[in-house]
Amino acid sequence: MGVESPVLEMRGVNTHYGAVHILKDVDLAIYSGELVCLLGGNASGKSTTLRTILGMVKPTTGDVVLNGQVVTTQSTRERVALGVTMVPENRRLFKRLTVGENLEMGAFLRTDSDGIATDREWVFELFPRVKERLNQKAGTLSGGEQQMVAIGRALMARPQILLMDEPSMGLAPALVQQNFELIQQIHEAGLTVFMVEQNANMALSIADRGWVLQTGRVVLDDTAENLLAHPDLQASYLGTTEK
Amino acid sequence: MHKTTKQRTNVDWFLTVLRVTSLAMIAAGLLAFAAQIIDSNNPFARWANPDAISLTGEQFQGLVVTGLAQGAMYGLIALGYSMVYGVLGFINFAHGEVFMVGAMTGAITSNKLAEAGYWESSFVLCLMLVVALSVVVCTITAVIMERVAYRPLRGKPRLIPLITSIGVSFFLQNCVLVLLGSTVKSYPDLPNWLTDKRTFLEIQGSKVLVLAVAALAMVGLWYLVEKTKTGQAMRAVAEDAEIASLMGIDVNRIIVKTFAVGGAMAGVAGILWGLLFRSVIHTTGFLPGIKAFSSAVVGGIGNLGGSMAGGLTIGVAESLGPLMILEPLGVSGPSQLRDAVAFAVLIIVLLVRPSGIFGERLPSEERT
Repeated sequence: MGVESPVLEMRGVNTHYGAVHILKDVDLAIYSGELVCLLGGNASGKSTTLRTILGMVKPTTGDVVLNGQVVTTQSTRERVALGVTMVPENRRLFKRLTVGENLEMGAFLRTDSDGIATDREWVFELFPRVKERLNQKAGTLSGGEQQMVAIGRALMARPQILLMDEPSMGLAPALVQQNFELIQQIHEAGLTVFMVEQNANMALSIADRGWVLQTGRVVLDDTAENLLAHPDLQASYLGTTEK
Repeated sequence: MHKTTKQRTNVDWFLTVLRVTSLAMIAAGLLAFAAQIIDSNNPFARWANPDAISLTGEQFQGLVVTGLAQGAMYGLIALGYSMVYGVLGFINFAHGEVFMVGAMTGAITSNKLAEAGYWESSFVLCLMLVVALSVVVCTITAVIMERVAYRPLRGKPRLIPLITSIGVSFFLQNCVLVLLGSTVKSYPDLPNWLTDKRTFLEIQGSKVLVLAVAALAMVGLWYLVEKTKTGQAMRAVAEDAEIASLMGIDVNRIIVKTFAVGGAMAGVAGILWGLLFRSVIHTTGFLPGIKAFSSAVVGGIGNLGGSMAGGLTIGVAESLGPLMILEPLGVSGPSQLRDAVAFAVLIIVLLVRPSGIFGERLPSEERT
């Protein structure tokens, strides 16, 4: 773990929305096989970080590096082709497409039909429920099943690194638990995962390392155990009062 | 239908009265029509309109086929409105003019072919060539329109491209006026075997041809949208453009393709107009365009099968409605009211089922 160059790196990234300074000198590095989480309260810049990595927002200064290649000026499409993809907040499946078509959309840029077939089987192996629902419209699935399809769709791109935006958002408590188990499961299958989350305890319980973002600045950078043990984590940094 | 918690307001009552009245009028008209068919001297028929003459079976069949043929043409145009609405969420009012450009292209090319003497002798080949040319011209028109008029307005409030589309509509009309003049362009006469009432079901051949061409175009479109990767990407972009781009889909290219396919369908419809009405001027696009837009709304906008169904509904209604509903009710000169009937269908459908025949009710947050 963490031998050669990072899979994903942000070097001194500053991002502005108009005159508002969102991300301030953010430096992140994620190595192959890691599960890392980025914690932060509302408006701390978590979503902007993901949008910057994917090229939906261009940084004012600094660089985004994927697998050693600087991609700061490249489009979302080019970055996806280089092996980054995201499970968006609230899943956002194509509800009027079938489950199978949703998976195919995930592999949109790929042309290796053998590899696609292998990955499909892998997704079915991880989530047997997805296979049962293959010809159903995605909108008819339950929340938990939709989450599986959303992860499956992202896996179909065979990403080098999988970004997850607030995986616990908008799910019933029982499903949140199930969802984190899914994330752990795909991480154990060898995938590098970068997760953005408000639910600090839940996220840190499965992560290797974590960062805490506060008003656009990385204020804590430590292993998951140390962060969990950090006395001020909830109160001073996340601005939440969860148990 | 209504949430039980919601208080019924005066507007709700007013709408209910409108719904009941409109449906009651249709029912009364149809009953009077049926009464006249059974016996033109029975009291109900005489009360409704003593002068009404009921239709013979042959007339009725003729009206249905005419209605279906025109409806299929409206349906093909409606697909363009519906697809663009699906992907970009605004109504491209200039789409009717793309259809007119197709009909113009057809008029010019078919006349050239007739002059060269091919039109009569190898009609089917000529027709294929004319359709192909019209499709090409309309596709190019639609793609240029997207690039020049709509792409710079991407991301602006939806009212802005909507108003722009009205401007584009005038622009295209006036371009044709300047380039081709204000005279009526006629299509050459169709070969005899098409215009004769054939022994086959007594249906005019040209209408069968129109229905066949429309059906072919519809099957092609269905295959493209449902079975190809491009079609899948179109549906994905229509549903959620941001996530589609996250899948690596080039959203701009899909939008261009959507305009191109809509334009191609309008091109086919333009030739069908030529076959049905055999003349075209620069204002031809307006009324069929508005009716096709109504078809798209009647069928449920954004739904492609619905567009075709809406087109056929409006086509048959405007063909049959005047003689089956208005005349038995004692309206004089009902055949001049076909356009009114077509738009009445739109209003009644909006009153009774606002999302259209096949439309789904979407929560408002999904359409922002």
